[in-house]
Amino acid sequence: MELDRPLPNPITPEARPFWDGLREHRLMLPRCGACGHVFFYPRVLCPRCHARDVGWIQASGRGTLHAFEIGYQAFNRAWKVTPPWVLAMVELAEGPRLLSNLVNVEPDPKAIRCDMPVRVVFHRLTDEITLPLFEPAP
Amino acid sequence: MSAAADLRALRNAACIVGVDESDEIGNLPHKSQLTLHLEAVANAVRDAGLRISDVDGIFTAGQHSPALLGEALGITPRYVDGTSVGGCSFIIEVGHAVAALHHGLCDVAVVSHGESGRSGVGVSPRRDTSLTGQYEAPFGFGGAPTFFGMLTTRHMHVYGTTLEQWAQVAVSTRRWAMLNPKALRREPLTVADVLASRPVVYPFNVLNICLVTDAGGAVVLTRADRARDCAKPPVYVRGVGEGTEHVMVTQMRDLTFSEATRLAGGKAFRMAGVGPHDFDHVMLYDAFTSGPPLMLEALGLAGRGEGVHCFAEGRSTPGGSLPINTNGGGLSYTHSGMYGIFPIIEATRQLRGECGARQVPGVRLSLVNGMGGMLSAAGTLVLSNEVGS
Repeated sequence: MELDRPLPNPITPEARPFWDGLREHRLMLPRCGACGHVFFYPRVLCPRCHARDVGWIQASGRGTLHAFEIGYQAFNRAWKVTPPWVLAMVELAEGPRLLSNLVNVEPDPKAIRCDMPVRVVFHRLTDEITLPLFEPAP
Repeated sequence: MSAAADLRALRNAACIVGVDESDEIGNLPHKSQLTLHLEAVANAVRDAGLRISDVDGIFTAGQHSPALLGEALGITPRYVDGTSVGGCSFIIEVGHAVAALHHGLCDVAVVSHGESGRSGVGVSPRRDTSLTGQYEAPFGFGGAPTFFGMLTTRHMHVYGTTLEQWAQVAVSTRRWAMLNPKALRREPLTVADVLASRPVVYPFNVLNICLVTDAGGAVVLTRADRARDCAKPPVYVRGVGEGTEHVMVTQMRDLTFSEATRLAGGKAFRMAGVGPHDFDHVMLYDAFTSGPPLMLEALGLAGRGEGVHCFAEGRSTPGGSLPINTNGGGLSYTHSGMYGIFPIIEATRQLRGECGARQVPGVRLSLVNGMGGMLSAAGTLVLSNEVGS
């Protein structure tokens, strides 16, 4: 089946546990072994205390919708999802924020509000790549 | 010696002595990006009463390196700077030029911008960065509106800011564009027009978003002692400041408050010895209608959540108490992609009294503030036609 969106590219070596985890339906986040700071995106030192002792934890998959937009046209060439769709910034319960999509919701500003609770849903694209999307949580 | 004392030594050390756009700006499929640079440099140097052969410092950002500009101009500069942190790079480079001039690293500095942003003539293909390609593109993010909208919906949630209030920024800016013969969009505009325009990405309709044009612009600086011999009255660089906070929008600490802008403005105001309410003319980088209000809040000209109130009729508009974006801005005058050179050009023209129908009477102190990316980086200038006390 033809993909309706671009694959993450390139996948960088320091982010491999994130993408490997998603394939197994686990949302993995980097965590500093020295100060305990959980952060995103993956990198080889802690952006808070700068220690080079980065491990990984499995996130709860729960968070809040920090901010959102509704797309009415494609913004990159490989994007084939029919508009409108919801672009989301999610603040995970563990602290870090990431960009994603809010799904299983009406793509209408009246149906969506910042800080609404959301939870992860795993969206398989290929054998290699599964994306973390989010839906409204009860 | 403290860092603050160092900065004060740079106050009024250098002046803007020449400014201009490329021969034309707008939709220019017949001109390459490099041509836009060269026209702008030639025009700005002529405005200063200098020659291209006088230029020995080249400052630029974007696809063409300062080395290429030197080669194309046929000069061998003593000093180059290619700082590239987004559209405000040219504002930041004015600060770098002041320092370089003060220390004798160059004598005549040119800050140059040329971008075939609409027609793409003589432009390298854009390359995705690994972080965007990995973490943002798979969800449909791509153009700047898909990132800046996040700051905007968060601001609406936290402060109750409305779509009508953002639209008023476009309306105020258009009022100025109607007075600028060089502005691309000069027809009257209402809040209802903005709200009824084509939706691009909520909360932005197309009239909340800047133009996409082809344009060049350049600014010439020299030390204050030499500036008095140039063709036009000198515009003193009283204060400069820069800051960067993040690149990825998820990494911005508070989506409603730009730390980079606060840093840049604070440094520029301290160096100049001015406060946020001392200005009688303001130029703010307006890629989106929500940008200028957020800048006013971070700079301290407005309280948190109150930046939009500055754009009311009688305040930012022609004849108002604090004129903002008097060239018509990126929203209505021109926006080639990295807009930051153009607010400097307009502030200089206002301080010289060259602006005709849109001239703000009695301008003495002008604030220029620009952003790179999603308020990721910022540059601030305090400019004046007087040395001040």
